[in-house]
Amino acid sequence: MEILMVLGLPLLGAALLAVFGARRFAAELNAGMSLATLIAASFLVLRVIRHGPLLAGHEQFFVDPFNVFLVALTAFVGFTTALFSRPYMRIEEHHGRLNPGRLRLYHSMYQLFMAAMLLALLTNNMGLLWVAMEAATLSTVLLVSLYRTRASLEAAWKYFILCGVGIAQALFGTILLYFAAEKALGRQGMTALLWTHLNAVKGQLEPRVLGLAFVFLLVGYGTKVGLAPLHNWLPDAHAEGPTPVSAVLSGLLLNVALYAVIRCKVLVEGSIGHILPGRMLMTFGLLSAVLGAFFIWRQRDIKRLFGYSSIEHMGIITFAFGLGGPVANFAALLHMTVHSLTKSSIFFTAGHASQTAGTQQMDGIRGLVGISPTIGWGLMLGSLSILGMPPFGVFASEFLILTTAMREHPWTTPFLLIALGVAFAGIFSRVQPMVFGESDAPPLPHSPALLPVFVHLGMVLLLGVYMPAALAEWYRAAARLIG
Amino acid sequence: MHHSELIAQLLKVIAAGLLLISFAMLASRRTQQLITLFAWQGAMLFVSTCLVAYSSGLTEMYYSAGLTLLLKVIALPWILHRLIHRLGAQWDSEQLVNVPTTMMAGLALVIFAFGLAQPITSMATTITRHTLGIALAVILLAFLMMITRRKAVTQVIGFLAMENGLFFAATSATYGMPMVIELGIALDLLVGVFILGIFFFQIREQFDSLDLSNLESLKED
Repeated sequence: MEILMVLGLPLLGAALLAVFGARRFAAELNAGMSLATLIAASFLVLRVIRHGPLLAGHEQFFVDPFNVFLVALTAFVGFTTALFSRPYMRIEEHHGRLNPGRLRLYHSMYQLFMAAMLLALLTNNMGLLWVAMEAATLSTVLLVSLYRTRASLEAAWKYFILCGVGIAQALFGTILLYFAAEKALGRQGMTALLWTHLNAVKGQLEPRVLGLAFVFLLVGYGTKVGLAPLHNWLPDAHAEGPTPVSAVLSGLLLNVALYAVIRCKVLVEGSIGHILPGRMLMTFGLLSAVLGAFFIWRQRDIKRLFGYSSIEHMGIITFAFGLGGPVANFAALLHMTVHSLTKSSIFFTAGHASQTAGTQQMDGIRGLVGISPTIGWGLMLGSLSILGMPPFGVFASEFLILTTAMREHPWTTPFLLIALGVAFAGIFSRVQPMVFGESDAPPLPHSPALLPVFVHLGMVLLLGVYMPAALAEWYRAAARLIG
Repeated sequence: MHHSELIAQLLKVIAAGLLLISFAMLASRRTQQLITLFAWQGAMLFVSTCLVAYSSGLTEMYYSAGLTLLLKVIALPWILHRLIHRLGAQWDSEQLVNVPTTMMAGLALVIFAFGLAQPITSMATTITRHTLGIALAVILLAFLMMITRRKAVTQVIGFLAMENGLFFAATSATYGMPMVIELGIALDLLVGVFILGIFFFQIREQFDSLDLSNLESLKED
């Protein structure tokens, strides 16, 4: 029942907004539907806390500690982003970058995108997972090209083709998985791709097939995670799309894609052991972290800058999952949460900062504190948080990842430290002059909604200094599940 | 016994035809010709799925064959034809760089595909198992086509051909994916082509051409 609500509400929202998306109240409706989804998700969480993992809809949907926290996170950030987008999109309309038709498309696709991600998280069926991931790509392609500028069209095209090709690889991986499942479970039609069934027989799945399947699945879903060297679409799509879209792409979609990779990894590890998949995740992760950090230095556009920072952080999380074991998995899950909260809040402030300055070029953005203290300090605090300064939660997770890496694979530590250091210097040296300094830009025509920024950062701070016991237990259960 | 022997032979012929079409696509310059080739590829898939359905006695496979016929032989080629007519691009042709080299690369890919498929082929029990290598080759050749071409429509046809290869791989290895999944994939594909159609118009409006060399300004410098 709760699952039906969580998936049905955003779909209903998409249908409603396809009709009313251009009206004055569309932004409020968008936020309202997102709030309703969040409430439904909270009920789902409560139910899982009380009664434990659940299977529903002829076993087609399932909720366990691993996906329930991502469902909650997705619904939450979906709601706060909808709140942020209300004044943001009004200002964009005021600046003449959007017309009512495009706003309708935006609102409707935003809800559809939420529905696709929640379906990907909740489905028990590896085939449906693929369909939902593809649907999530399709619903955001037209959002990336919303402004119809040359650069945004190019970004959207690249996004579509690269992720399309990537997701085709994942489909081949899924076919191989189904092939192996048929051998172990017999021909059962729909049930042979159910994750819970596969997980029960993962020891009997043919290792050679699963090894090959994992390569395709990792490359396929990894493209959407933004893992180097398949990351090319990510900075473009983040920079050229509207800021709320950048926030949900970075904060949510990357997480959901990584979730798909990890679900596959659990199955594959049961068959071929943890050495090969773990090493592959570690390699891709380290490469992304280091490349992402170095590319940060070459950026002039504020949203591209933080796009590369997302690549770096997804690399670190992937690396931690590759390390495996309860501590590293715990840290990776924590890092997924704090990165998603922090990065979306950074995009909120970065979006308003570029609206204020009239450009996304960092050279043109100066003296934010003078114009609007909330935007300026929001960006500063968000950047400090994403750079892993204590006492924010990012520090805690990065510290755990680093110490585990030092103990188990000491050779990786220098790479991690270089990535973190280079990213720190790169981002801090850019953000500092944007926040402080002199400016004479006029204030914004609509007052921005910056409450979400400080709520997000407050939560990240809370996770850094004190983690509620229930949440910690939850992460531990999920970490055990991943193995 | 003779019967299934004949069907297996026919399936191999069809698989060879699919591979041939992939190479033809790689070498063809005209957009319209590419769409025709794509429709033929769909038709081959339809026939092979019907044959597999007949020999395995799985009614589900007939549905999936019907879906192939509707989507890949009729709907998608028709949409693409309409699109290029509306765009006035039906006589477009593009300069191909170095066809012989592309062909040699294609050959290498086919050999690689067979090597990759070998362990799985030896494990499969389906009547079509020997064609898995060809399915993989079709996927890789479509990929090669996407890399070497510079026109938006051509890249999309390459993308769709890749999906054809994936579908063929699914029937070769496992007698097809569960029906619901296939419906989902088909829906995604259809929506994708619609979105791309919208996209073509947006790109042409901005750049006055569908040549993707215009879309190369977002680079790290």
